[in-house]
Amino acid sequence: MIRPAVFFPVAVTLSVVAFAVSLSTGAATIRWADVLAFPDSTSARLFLTIRLPRTVESFVCGGALGVCGAALQGVFRNPLADPALIGVSGGAALGAVVSIVWFEALLAREALTLPICAFLGAIVSVFLVHAISTQRGRVLTSTALLAGIAVNALSGAAIGWFVYGASDSQLRDFTFWSLGSLAGSGWEAVRLSAPLVGIACVGLLWGGRSLNALALGESDAWHMGAPVEWVKRIVLVSSALAVGSVTAFCGTIGFIGLVAPHLVRMAAGADHRIVLPGSFLCGGLLLCGADLVARTARSPAEIPVGIVVASVGAPVFLFLLLRGRGTEA
Amino acid sequence: MKTLLLWLLIGGSAFAEPQRIVSVGGAVTETLFALGVGDRVVGVDSSSTFPASATALPQVGYQRAIAPEGVVSLQPDLLVLAATAGPADVVSQLEGLRIPTVHLTEGYSLDAAGQRILRIGEAVGRVDESKRLVESMKTEASRAALPEKAPRVLFVLSAGGGSPVISGTGTAADAMIRLAGGTNPASDFTGYRSLSPEALVALDPEIVLTTKRTLAVSPSESVGLGKLLPGLDLTAAGRNSRLVVMDDLFLLGFGPRTGEAIAKLAGQFAGVK
Repeated sequence: MIRPAVFFPVAVTLSVVAFAVSLSTGAATIRWADVLAFPDSTSARLFLTIRLPRTVESFVCGGALGVCGAALQGVFRNPLADPALIGVSGGAALGAVVSIVWFEALLAREALTLPICAFLGAIVSVFLVHAISTQRGRVLTSTALLAGIAVNALSGAAIGWFVYGASDSQLRDFTFWSLGSLAGSGWEAVRLSAPLVGIACVGLLWGGRSLNALALGESDAWHMGAPVEWVKRIVLVSSALAVGSVTAFCGTIGFIGLVAPHLVRMAAGADHRIVLPGSFLCGGLLLCGADLVARTARSPAEIPVGIVVASVGAPVFLFLLLRGRGTEA
Repeated sequence: MKTLLLWLLIGGSAFAEPQRIVSVGGAVTETLFALGVGDRVVGVDSSSTFPASATALPQVGYQRAIAPEGVVSLQPDLLVLAATAGPADVVSQLEGLRIPTVHLTEGYSLDAAGQRILRIGEAVGRVDESKRLVESMKTEASRAALPEKAPRVLFVLSAGGGSPVISGTGTAADAMIRLAGGTNPASDFTGYRSLSPEALVALDPEIVLTTKRTLAVSPSESVGLGKLLPGLDLTAAGRNSRLVVMDDLFLLGFGPRTGEAIAKLAGQFAGVK
């Protein structure tokens, strides 16, 4: 374990390096002299309209998934919690499949149709989970877990109906969406998702102290003066906003929300004031790196980033787990 | 002076012809090669399986999930996209880079196929060749010996995983069956559906049509219609072992070989009493 004073400079440096590598690497060659000298050259436009927004979006998405995962693990006091648990991913997937099957004509003309539907799906799901688990003004965490599972199952059933009625091409569109991809992330995606992620992060970081108290149990935290109900609500709403908006643009990218907080805890301890911002950096770093692999490994073709995240991240995570078992247990 | 001007014009137009083409869509690639500009194709999508030399070219991915930077890295001066190419945001990003783009329209008919060939011909400066290609495609289609009595032909497709599906109306397969003089008994739904064995028996097809890839991913290698889809063995096609297998792109691509495909399919339909 390393101290925060060491952890943050290292994490920030790694992020900056990843950002720079991501900007300078890609299938196409960018002539840097052109980017600076000729704003209208292909190199400049490629850099400014494709590679730069995509790299930024990878940090926004990865960061949002990481920080939300950390906050949810804190609220549920469960290391297995991730944004999928409260129904966000299921709801977003339902929204996506609705837009692909029902609004096919609109989809071709208006690129925002799918993100908007997916975002609404995510928000409605979390709202349902929240409403089901609220009793006399209190959010019951255990009920929220079960409600999340139930809402996910419900979304799954509805997705099943849509998939059943979908055409071949709609099916493939949905399959590719659900594998997750940052291809096509332009400034519009950044402009629409970054503010929501930003608002959510402010809320989540505010709740960091109280999440530490929550680790002792809800009633102990309440007696310590932590605004328990507010924290739970803010974590739910912030996660819905942040994960909903990034899922809307990039599809379902699993694993980061689960793993980023664990990596930070392994490195720098369990204090949420460190874990939350650390998970943002770590999540961004992971997704940026994964996307770099996704768009260069089989260039000029591309691999869906969700596949890369899972197939590179899972073994690394297992390795860390096994190593940690040897020293700590 | 006039000659010089003429030379300049010819030289100019030849110079303006695209030299580096990225083609997305199996039928698009086929058309480019048929028009004699195959050597200018620098990138294709994963559905471009014909001619064989096209498969050796750099791949920009599956046609509905093309990679924006991958396309740019091939430095195309023309991008030809099938109607199904996407996703939409990647296409608009590429248009933002001012790469000349031809986005074709969909349509499962000889006329639609012809229109696409003409548009591609225009874009690559092969107008006369494209007209001849459309002509020969239509001639071949018209030479098809259609069966006297239209057989009931059921098209079975497996996209890999899950049970194979049946094509209803509004599909490329349905259009091909009709063009080759057959009827599609599964005409009360549009698109592809998976049907129960009993429904298959009730449709009672006389011929089962499928693609090479479907057979490759399905368990049955030999003509075991019941293995392809349970229930098919109890139909007229199953009793008489009437299974017609054709290449996916050849049969369903609606590219320049459509006329040939219709003629070949019609030949297979003949002889059903």
